[in-house]
Parts: sequence; C-alpha cells; structure tokens
Amino acid sequence: MWGGGKLSYFGGRFLGVLGPGCRSSQTKGPRLISSAVYSKNQLSWTLEIKPGVFNEYRNMWFKSYRMTFSCLNRMKSYRYPWTRLYSTSQNTVDSSEVKTFLALAHKWWDEQGIYAPLHSMNDLRVPFIRDNLLKVIPNHQPGKPLSGMKILDVGCGGGLLTEPLGRLGASVIGIDPVNENIKTAQCHKSFDPVLDQRIEYRACSLEEIVEDTAETFDAVVASEVVEHVLDLETFLQHCCQVLKPGGSLFVTTINKTQLSYALGIVFSEQIAGIVPKGTHTWEKFVSPEKLESILEPSKY
Amino acid sequence: SSFGLGLASRAAFKHPPKEARKILLLEAGPKKVLEKLSETYSNRVSSISPGSATLLSSFGAWDHICNMRYRAFRRMQVWDACSEALIMFDKDNLDDMGYIVENDVIMHALTKQLEAVSDRVTVLYRSRAVGYTWPCPFTMKDSSPWVHITLGDGSTLQTKLLIGADGHNSGVRQAAGIQNVSWNYDQSAVVATLHLSEATENNVAWQRFLPSGPIALLPLSDTLSSLVWSTSHEHAAELVSMDEEKFVDAINSAFWNDANHTDFIDSAGTMLQYAISLLKPTKVSARQLPPSVASVEAKSRVLFPLGLGHAAEYVRPRVALIGDAAHRVHPLAGQGVNMGFGDISSLVHHLSTAAFNGRDLGSMNHLTGYETDRQRHNTALLAATDLLKRLYSTNATPLVLLRTWGLQATNAVSPLKVRGHSWLSKLLAHGGMTLQTALNFFGLIFLAMKLSSFYFSSAYEQKGTC
Repeated sequence: MWGGGKLSYFGGRFLGVLGPGCRSSQTKGPRLISSAVYSKNQLSWTLEIKPGVFNEYRNMWFKSYRMTFSCLNRMKSYRYPWTRLYSTSQNTVDSSEVKTFLALAHKWWDEQGIYAPLHSMNDLRVPFIRDNLLKVIPNHQPGKPLSGMKILDVGCGGGLLTEPLGRLGASVIGIDPVNENIKTAQCHKSFDPVLDQRIEYRACSLEEIVEDTAETFDAVVASEVVEHVLDLETFLQHCCQVLKPGGSLFVTTINKTQLSYALGIVFSEQIAGIVPKGTHTWEKFVSPEKLESILEPSKY
Repeated sequence: SSFGLGLASRAAFKHPPKEARKILLLEAGPKKVLEKLSETYSNRVSSISPGSATLLSSFGAWDHICNMRYRAFRRMQVWDACSEALIMFDKDNLDDMGYIVENDVIMHALTKQLEAVSDRVTVLYRSRAVGYTWPCPFTMKDSSPWVHITLGDGSTLQTKLLIGADGHNSGVRQAAGIQNVSWNYDQSAVVATLHLSEATENNVAWQRFLPSGPIALLPLSDTLSSLVWSTSHEHAAELVSMDEEKFVDAINSAFWNDANHTDFIDSAGTMLQYAISLLKPTKVSARQLPPSVASVEAKSRVLFPLGLGHAAEYVRPRVALIGDAAHRVHPLAGQGVNMGFGDISSLVHHLSTAAFNGRDLGSMNHLTGYETDRQRHNTALLAATDLLKRLYSTNATPLVLLRTWGLQATNAVSPLKVRGHSWLSKLLAHGGMTLQTALNFFGLIFLAMKLSSFYFSSAYEQKGTC
C-alpha cells in the first residue's frame, strides 16, 4: 500500500472537504491549512485537510521564528567540531528567517498582541494532536490524557503549543534555534511547578537532537515550521529519525495556493499589516501534495 | 435574589472536574453539621427550576435533597390585584414546573457532596480573604502571573483562577475594581412559614401583584406554605411586628380582596376577553383562589431589603464572578438562585473544554466566552424583572390597562405559556410586554382613550343640551 501510493484522503474532524479518493481539489475552496499525520509502519496514512474559513485563516498564519544560521554554526562548532561539516551541509535552518523574530521574542505570551493568531490556533492544533494521540493510548486518565507520552515540539518558539501539551500530561521537549525564544519559554513555564517538571526547553536545532542524542519520541510536532526551513526533505527525514516505531508526526502549515498568496501575503502583510512584512515567502509554502511526495517514498 | 448567598459558591466547586486540579473553597462561616433535619421548615426557600435541578443531580446533590425534603409544583397562577387578568402556567403533560426547596436543605446537600469530593476540593472554614494581588497583563520577568490572596491569618495563597461567589456585596468584585450597576428598591421582602387552614394537594404556586408589591405563596407541604411578600419598607416593618392574627388577616385579604378593581378596567378586560374568544376558542381559566392561611409559624417572620445589581464585567484575567456577586435580582420572578446555577453550568462547561484543550484556566479566552454567554442571558432577565416590578408597582389606569390586556393576551396565546418556566414566558406572562408588544398596546390604549372620550363627550353633549 505504501508503494502503490493510492492515498485516500479522509476529511478529518475539521470537516471533510474532500471525499475519499479525491486528490486534485487543492485549488477548490479556501483550503489554507493542511496537516499530515502519518504513523510509521502503518499501512495507510491520513492527510487531514482542514477547510480554511477566513476567520480561522486569519488566526493561523503567524510564523513563529527564524533561525540564526550563524549563531547555530557558532554553537555547533563550539560543541561539536567534528560534526561541523555534516551539520552545515545538512542544515535546514534558514539564515534569512531570523531578524524579525529576535525582536519579538518577548511578545510571545501577550494573548492580544502580535502572536494572537497563534494563540487562537491552539484551539485547533491541540485538539487535533490530542485526539490523534488518544487513539494510540489504550486507557487514559481523565485528568492527564496524554500522560506517558514523549513529545518533541520542533520550533516551539515561546512555547505556545508546548505548554498545552504539557498540561495534558505529556512530557515535552521544546526546541528552537533562537535562544531568546527559549529564554522566554523557560521564564513563562517556571511559574507553574507542574509544567516546570513536564517540559524541557533546549536552544538547539533538530539536527542536534538527531545527531547527539539517541532519544526517540512518541510524537514529533512541527507546527508552522516547514515553510521556514531550507531543506524540506532533510528536515522531514530528521523528524522521522527521532520517532519511535509507531510514533506520529504532526505537521501544520499554510497551504500553497493562490488564495493563500492573496490572503496570506498581499492582504495580511502588505495591506492590513496583521503579520509583519517579510514573515512569509510564498514560494516556501508547502502544499499537502508536496509533503506527501516527500514522505511517501522514504522508507518511513 | 439574596437567597443565592453561599449556594452558588458551594455548587460551583462540586462539579467533577476533568482534571485533577486542586480547588480551595474559602468559607467565612463555621462548618455547619446538620445531623437531623429540623421539624420546622425554614422560612428561606428557593424556587429551583428543572434546569437547576438537572445541574444539582449531575454531581449527586439532588439525591441528598430528595432524601430530605422538597416540594414540586405543577402549576402557577399569577394575577393582578387591579383587574381580573390572570395567567396560569402549567406544562402540557403536567410535569413538575419547579421545586420549592429550603435554602438550608440545599446547603446541607451541597456540604455533604463536598465531603464526597474532599480529595479534590478543600474547604477552609472561618477564613476570609483580606487582600488580593492581581496579575500584570504581560508576563514580566519577576512578577508572578497568578493571583495572590492574603488571608485574615496572614497566610497567602496563589491561584490560576479566582472565582468570586461571595454574594451581592462581593469583596472580590470590589477589590478587582469591577463596576457594579446597582440600586435599592423601595421595597423589602417579608418571609414567613404559614400553616394552611386545611390540608390540600398544595402543588400550585400563587403570586398576586398588589400595587405595593407582589405577594407569593409557595407550597412546602400539604399543610404548609412559604410566604414571600415584597412591599414598602414601612409596611414590611409593620407586618413583621403586628400580631399573628392581624398578619394572617392581612395575607388572606391581600390574596382575596378585590378593592383595587375599577369598573373601567374590568370592562376593558372583559372587552378584550370577548375579542379573543371571537378570534380563537380559548378555555377561559377561571380565577382560582389560593388556600386560606390559618396561622404563622412562630418566629418565622423576617424581612430583608431588596435591590438590583449587575456587574459591568463578570471576568477579568484570572478572575470570574458567579451568582449574586455578578447579579442581584428582585424575587418576583423566582430567578435569583437559578441564574446563579446557570452561571455555574456555563462556567463549568467553558472551563472543562479549556482544560481538555490544555489551556491555562485563568486565560481570558474562555472566560470571556462565559461572560458573553451569561451576560446575554442575565441582562435580559434582570431588565425584564425590573420592568415588571415597576409596571406592577402602580395602579395608574393606563399602565393597569396595559398590563391587563397584556396578561390576557399572553394567557390566550398558549404556546408561550405552556413552555412553562422559561424566562421568556415569565416575562411575557407577567406583563405581557416586550418593547414590541408595548408599542402595540400603546396603540390599543390610544384607541381605547379615543373611544371612551367619544363616549363621554357624546353623553355629555346629550346631557348638556337644553
């Protein structure tokens, strides 16, 4: 079934826009968000397409970070000189995606501020991740449904998605190459003793987790990240490497459509100023088909 | 209504939370242990709607109430002292419209249930908060984002969410600086437990609107009923201090006396009744009389002042107000405690969804959802109750005419009535008035005035000619 490549799309909980077997309706309707969930070693995988209602779309754009290429290199070369060559050639951190987010690092937790769309997106992201993980857990405690799960949040930013996952009982490691973001995230979680124990933040990139530790996770979350990375294939490969057998990868991103160009770049950045200019580059938006095409042929 | 003190707070903390959170209830009073239910009924009772009963049974408190005592009522008659207009509520299938339960019984049931969840909820008796520190809007480096509370004994607590359920003089609301729209009514309510002359089925609630205020008789048992009489401060003081016999006479005549009827209103009422019967065949509900009262339970006569209150905001970051802390209403519609219970269901719903989504419980996101939900409902009900109180506090003819016709019209339109205890039907029933209907009736009044002036002037002319 893997090789045959007949993928069936199932409308997820967020209203099935596509019926089974319908592959090419990408441009129909405002499908601005797509998320792919697949489980290793399972014979089928589900691409859940969420119809983007305008309001939700507006809440969903926000990009969370840019990675410092130079900073990363410095870090890497200081700690792991033998891997420098490997890391620079395999690095998925995009150097051009840095400056704006450094300046905004302290504004993460203002729910009405510049990151408000990301906060409201949690109402979609968290149930999505939670419900899919609950399918895998046989008996869950009502108070902590995700307890016992180890999750890696790649590009966690200020911890907006990491904290809710921690509150639901999972042990989460949040990574982000921008040091400032990690500092903000650490400070915010330090007030809650329960979260302090369940969540760990590290200022590093995905490559370092892959190379330097042998940790594997029940779930890897790359939310609003893939449109910012340099090398999508390698990034996804690394994500899969850190997954346990039977683990799940959650990717959320903005779909690459004409509508997302119109709304996401033209309107939100240039006209309405909802998102700072230059946050997104439309060419780097990822469509569900592209994700599929990357993930499918890999041995994962 | 002021009955809501304490009930809302206890009920809020018993709803089984999805998360194993730590909940602390601060109670200013001592722990009340009720070993045996007293024989004499308490004079403070509440009318519990079926919705509130569902909430109470969802966490097991209703069973305790059933094991103690309560009285279900199936019909409600509401009528005017100044006219024949009346409205009779009942449910088609004769289901219970509501339950009259003593406040003490409710408190005891809730306390018992609190003990059952003592692993998740801790109660600190005889504790009082003296100071609060509110969180800053942004997460600053060194300031805690939580609410800090200082208790009377000097200890401090911190919490992610503070729920203020401390009655209409709420300390939490005042400390948070939330504006409260309030005024005192020129009325006090007198409550008492009454013995009826003879045992009856007693499953009807009676309310009559006198010009001085509504008087209500709520069934407690086959031979006992509870009185709630809202009247002017002076009259209330008189009632509480007069002899038992005079008091009983006053009650009976309040219900039976037709001294406030005027011919004009009576004929206007009959006219409309006739018009309605032409349009549709309605069974004319004959006005029934409530059971007569024989005596009063000793020492059960108490009075308390009435007022209206409504908080401009129900929520702030990490703070929520419920029950009388958020709203205070006149008891004429019997909605005070039910509004409080409604607040609780809504807050519980929003909090449990938020918790299941991993949200911080004190986040404004879902708290504003609760606020919008409840403010929409409560504001309308408060405004309606206030309007009814004012409408019925007069015996000025135009207003009496308005409300008479309104009541009769609503009584005739059965769908509105039969829906039973919903706040909308109560609103329409008591005064027959929403703003729209008011406009309609103003038109009718104009017509009536025109007609009557025509009649009088022509009669005068006839008389005047020589």
